[in-house]
Amino acid sequence: MTDTASNNVAPAVSVQNAYKAFGRRPQTIVKRLKEGATRDELKSQGMAAVIDASFDVAPGEIFVVMGLSGSGKSTLIRTLNGIQPPTDGTVKIFGQDITNVSPRQLRSIRREKIAMVFQHFALMPHRTVGQNAAYALEVRGISRSDREKKAEEALNMVGLAGYGGSFPHELSGGMRQRVGLARALAAETDLMLMDEAFSALDPLIRKEMQDQLLELQQQLGKTIVFITHDLNEAMRLGNRIAMMRDGRIVQIGTTEQILNDPANDYVAQFIQEVDRTRVLTAGEIMEPPVAVLGAGQGPRAAHRLMREHQTSALCVVDQTRHLQGVVYEDDVAAAVAAGAEGLTGLLRQMPATLPGTLLAELIGAASQHAAGLAVVDDHGRLHGVIPRVTLLNALADTSAEGAVRTILEEAPA
Amino acid sequence: MIRADETESTIVPRIEVGERLEAGFEWFEDTFDSAINWVGSTVAYISDGLAEILAIPDALILTVILAAIAWLVRNWKLALGTVGLMLFIITVDQWNEALETLALVAVAAAIALIIAIPLGVLAAKSQIASRIIRPVMDLMQTMPALVWLIPALAMFSLGMTAGIFATLIFALPPGVRFTELAIRQVDAEVVEAGHAFGSTPAQILFRVQLPLAAKTIMAGVNQVIMLALSMAVFAGFVGAGGLGTEVVRAISQLNLALGFDAGLSVVMLAIYLDRVTAGIGGGEGVLAKLLRRRKSAPVQTEETAEDKAATGSPTT
Repeated sequence: MTDTASNNVAPAVSVQNAYKAFGRRPQTIVKRLKEGATRDELKSQGMAAVIDASFDVAPGEIFVVMGLSGSGKSTLIRTLNGIQPPTDGTVKIFGQDITNVSPRQLRSIRREKIAMVFQHFALMPHRTVGQNAAYALEVRGISRSDREKKAEEALNMVGLAGYGGSFPHELSGGMRQRVGLARALAAETDLMLMDEAFSALDPLIRKEMQDQLLELQQQLGKTIVFITHDLNEAMRLGNRIAMMRDGRIVQIGTTEQILNDPANDYVAQFIQEVDRTRVLTAGEIMEPPVAVLGAGQGPRAAHRLMREHQTSALCVVDQTRHLQGVVYEDDVAAAVAAGAEGLTGLLRQMPATLPGTLLAELIGAASQHAAGLAVVDDHGRLHGVIPRVTLLNALADTSAEGAVRTILEEAPA
Repeated sequence: MIRADETESTIVPRIEVGERLEAGFEWFEDTFDSAINWVGSTVAYISDGLAEILAIPDALILTVILAAIAWLVRNWKLALGTVGLMLFIITVDQWNEALETLALVAVAAAIALIIAIPLGVLAAKSQIASRIIRPVMDLMQTMPALVWLIPALAMFSLGMTAGIFATLIFALPPGVRFTELAIRQVDAEVVEAGHAFGSTPAQILFRVQLPLAAKTIMAGVNQVIMLALSMAVFAGFVGAGGLGTEVVRAISQLNLALGFDAGLSVVMLAIYLDRVTAGIGGGEGVLAKLLRRRKSAPVQTEETAEDKAATGSPTT
């Protein structure tokens, strides 16, 4: 679903073998790294912040770079807009290589193509909220009335309508970061870089901002590169996640790929601490509904389908695949025995959820309904089902299997 | 007494550093003679002109004007204080001398700032410039202030210009230092944000760094003016006029009464200049509020939001 790297669309961001080293002779450090020296061996010469990073980000994707402090993630994001130009390798933004352009060209690329949101907001305290939001447009030389209009639109988008005349110091942390977000949105660039944008906010506000970002991204379809040290955040937001450690990208994949198939012990250790119920969504774990019953069919058809598919419950849909409810084996058997024709009286309610719902919110409903949960889209059309066993499987941490033994083998003969 | 070719030690030879510097200075004076003359006459023209303008209104009227300035940059309390300070100077009959000193300080401080702020910006932007500028500033500041009177005298002869030159050299360093520090202290993330949105170096400097550094730079301006005032008194030795000349006269006549009158007048002037420049930096006065004219904090309705966007806020 989200494996966009293989699509034919030209990538919004394309990074090829990028290195960034700090020190007296960064080129030498990169050369030694390529010859196989480790980061620690080169410590005396300088700091290898990013080592051999390669990835593509598709247009409209949220690409999350996740790593602890010192893993090089902040440097990596700064190579994307040339604030920290890579020592070696190429960075292409919408097909344009930004590693060998003049400062003037680089500035124009930043103005037209890339906006950025900062960890500590980086608002200009001497400017009003409106003037801050309009900064990118001002730099671009857009007329005062136009930029004020666009800045106000952006402020409305982030829920700060009417705050244009306030100063940043008059706002709370969450509101300030909304201004930071509005400033980036007002720039109307296709690419947005977000450097730990929500890390400085308290958890409640952070969740609110994450929701808002997802919502905005759905509306506007921007390409977002998001940096975080919080894996829960990474998995909530990211279509794909790049895990970084000691300057290297150790794994790139979707939430599921990383959870189910960690590339190494480091990643495995990380995901142990992940609360799966709060990162996995219904859409990610649902199974295709193999057997569904048309609303016009009778108990006999239901009985046959159940036997064929070895199941005790069936989803019932109408002709346009809108979910109507569920029928259970016992009811169907009784109806067949009674010789009933239609499904009237057999149809039970089925709990349905949207694909974006987190598993944590599903557990309660799943425990009450033997048939599990249905996943439907906004229009109520059936997309998939989550049987209870699937839900349990999704919650299972594959790395912790040693804690449970299989008793059967040890039972006396 | 040590002769020219001897030192206290039998090993260390005598090197005539002072003589060589003097020779260098003389070469400089000869080579740029016409430039020095031009600068001297221009500065003299400006400072004399300023002193004359200050002398036009009656002492009390000027007092009221100075009090009004104090009110604009700070508050009515300072305005009231200003009246007290000025009345003191008038009553000890040092008013005209104080005006001359004020003119000298104003011209010297203005020139110092015109040189110091760009130098400070340069030092903040370039590590190399910073390494060159720093020891020069150290030299200018730590050299006993009176020594600067000698080249001043040699170049511009007795008078206010020589006084301004010596004052300028002595008062310049804090202006450079504070400006460099102020710009370096600007939050790196904010500057980075400026870069990230594609600002040119000039946009970074004028729209981000200087506005955010303004407060610290004003502290530097305050220091420059205070040092200029203290040096202006020494400048009395080279006939710069004003309160300095009165102090010098008091010393030569051993006239303690005159010494106190002139000295306390300097103190009054210092208090006024310090509070006023600090007030500009603090940005709490009526003037700052006028400049920052804007509607007060959050209002929820759509209409006011639009209204606000339309009027905008004129602080840019």
